[in-house]
Amino acid sequence: MKYALYTGCVAKGAGRELLAATYSACGKLGIELVEMTDAACCGAGVINEDNPILGDIINARTFAQAEKMGLPIMNICTTCQGVHRKCQIKLAADPARMEKVNAELKKDTGLEYKGQVKVRHFYEALLEEYGLERLAKAVTRPLTGMKVAAFYGCYAMRPHEYSDLTDPDDPNELERIITTLGATPVKYGERLKCCGFPILMMNKRNALKLTGNAVAGAKNAGATGMVTPCPLCHLNLDAYQPEIDKSLRMPVWHIPQLVAYALGATPEELMLKTHIIRPKEAFALV
Amino acid sequence: MAKVTFRIFRYNPDKEQASRYQDYIVSLEPGVTLLNCLNKIKWEIDPTLSYRMSCGSAICGSCAMKVNGHALLACKTQASELVRDGVIQIDPIGNSPVMRDLVVDLEPFWGAFRKVEPYLMPDSRDNPERERLQTAAQFLKIDAATQCIMCAACWSDCNSLEVDNLFYGPAALAKAQRFIYDSRDAKKRDRLVEISKLHGMWDCTHCGECSTRCPTEVKPLARIEEIREAAMAEGVHGNNGARHALAFRETVSKRGLLDENYVPVRSVGFFNIMGLLELLPVGLRMFIRRKNPPIIPHGIDNRKEVRKIFSRQKEFRRD
Repeated sequence: MKYALYTGCVAKGAGRELLAATYSACGKLGIELVEMTDAACCGAGVINEDNPILGDIINARTFAQAEKMGLPIMNICTTCQGVHRKCQIKLAADPARMEKVNAELKKDTGLEYKGQVKVRHFYEALLEEYGLERLAKAVTRPLTGMKVAAFYGCYAMRPHEYSDLTDPDDPNELERIITTLGATPVKYGERLKCCGFPILMMNKRNALKLTGNAVAGAKNAGATGMVTPCPLCHLNLDAYQPEIDKSLRMPVWHIPQLVAYALGATPEELMLKTHIIRPKEAFALV
Repeated sequence: MAKVTFRIFRYNPDKEQASRYQDYIVSLEPGVTLLNCLNKIKWEIDPTLSYRMSCGSAICGSCAMKVNGHALLACKTQASELVRDGVIQIDPIGNSPVMRDLVVDLEPFWGAFRKVEPYLMPDSRDNPERERLQTAAQFLKIDAATQCIMCAACWSDCNSLEVDNLFYGPAALAKAQRFIYDSRDAKKRDRLVEISKLHGMWDCTHCGECSTRCPTEVKPLARIEEIREAAMAEGVHGNNGARHALAFRETVSKRGLLDENYVPVRSVGFFNIMGLLELLPVGLRMFIRRKNPPIIPHGIDNRKEVRKIFSRQKEFRRD
């Protein structure tokens, strides 16, 4: 298995531990990654709101680059994944828009998006292509005793027409991975809610209320840790916790971190020390 | 015929201290809607059960309710599709005070509509001799928003409203789009300025619940994206939301990737001392943990190419 790794912005900036964990997990699973060092920001929906065609051109450029590499794209951010899928679905449904985007893309880059590249999040690649049975066999440090609450991130689920989840109103994809790693999944009311990140700069008070509700919801349901496939959710859930309620103390894992940890990775490999709330389980071992 | 338990939220604030759930067991006949089942319960089992309904045809918007945690129209949904382990759980719509059982007070919902002044305001100096006409292309821009049946399903599941009862909500913002994009309306800029304020369009979290729950083609999130686009094009930039979008444009066009140090500062405003101070605690926490974004921002290999795409962006704007 070989993917063109689309890092997005956060894994190169405030979430470098995510990139480290992705390489660690994929290395241990034998999944080959070729980093797309020339792919631009997906726009996180913001560039598309500012200028829809421009947003599409930037993303079509990324798709065309992967097509040229002959590899499917692996995303490690739910927001990037959601924006990419929405762009692909919209372009596929609207040939006139596709033509316009390609004409502009060609003018500036010489590239053309053929509409063929597959775009998958890391966890979708594990479920659909790597397979959970193989993953179970690769686990060397089962996460027995850990109670993990999944937090999906809006872009994975909604609007439904752009979601790849089997049942976006009651998904079980992350819970299946959690079980495979030997931990117990914890379901709670807020697992499908917004983390508040998108309005952090516009209305911090409301944003942190959403974040606090999610973490408290997981804690009240008995979770000892949370896991998310979105580094933006991770920023809010982890980095803002002390500002919301110091007593929460809920460690939040990136999904590749949790996978790599069950495959035997050390806390250093996963850069767990960069977390604002450090996961006790990982540090108890060292 | 399969027997199904309808677990229904019951509450009479005049007589009861707290809400409760009541179970009704009903045999599902093939092809029945959820509303058919509720009518059967009310007419044959328990006449005290209260809910709103009228047309039964997804036109009047009365029968929105939460089923298994998500809002939908009872008249538009097959009951058989809603059964989970033999049970259908029904609650009143969210973000609204309960008056009786599944009936909620919709006054806050209507109040949000009034705030966006949902009526045409043409130029008063213009005194045409005949009605103001629209071309088909002009109408297409507002077609989706005009299909709102005001059922409040979007309002019910809106994540922003859960933490801010002053937020306009998706339906009212979609209604604003309907007038902002109307070729006959003369108040576009005023409307954009008004809904750019706190609790307005930039407070939408983009969670997508509204578009997912909307039983018609309004898809409020898509309409909110359009009013944000109009605000950016119109130069209504004096707020955190618009500055955030500008920061994206500026940094991605320069290096191909986002500059995470610049975006928060630009969004709250360079001279907004209080806003900048609010960024400090998290910045410090991240710095101590070496989690801060690199001081020299990262970028992609071929930045020139992305700059070229961005520099021609004005050509791509919609008319």
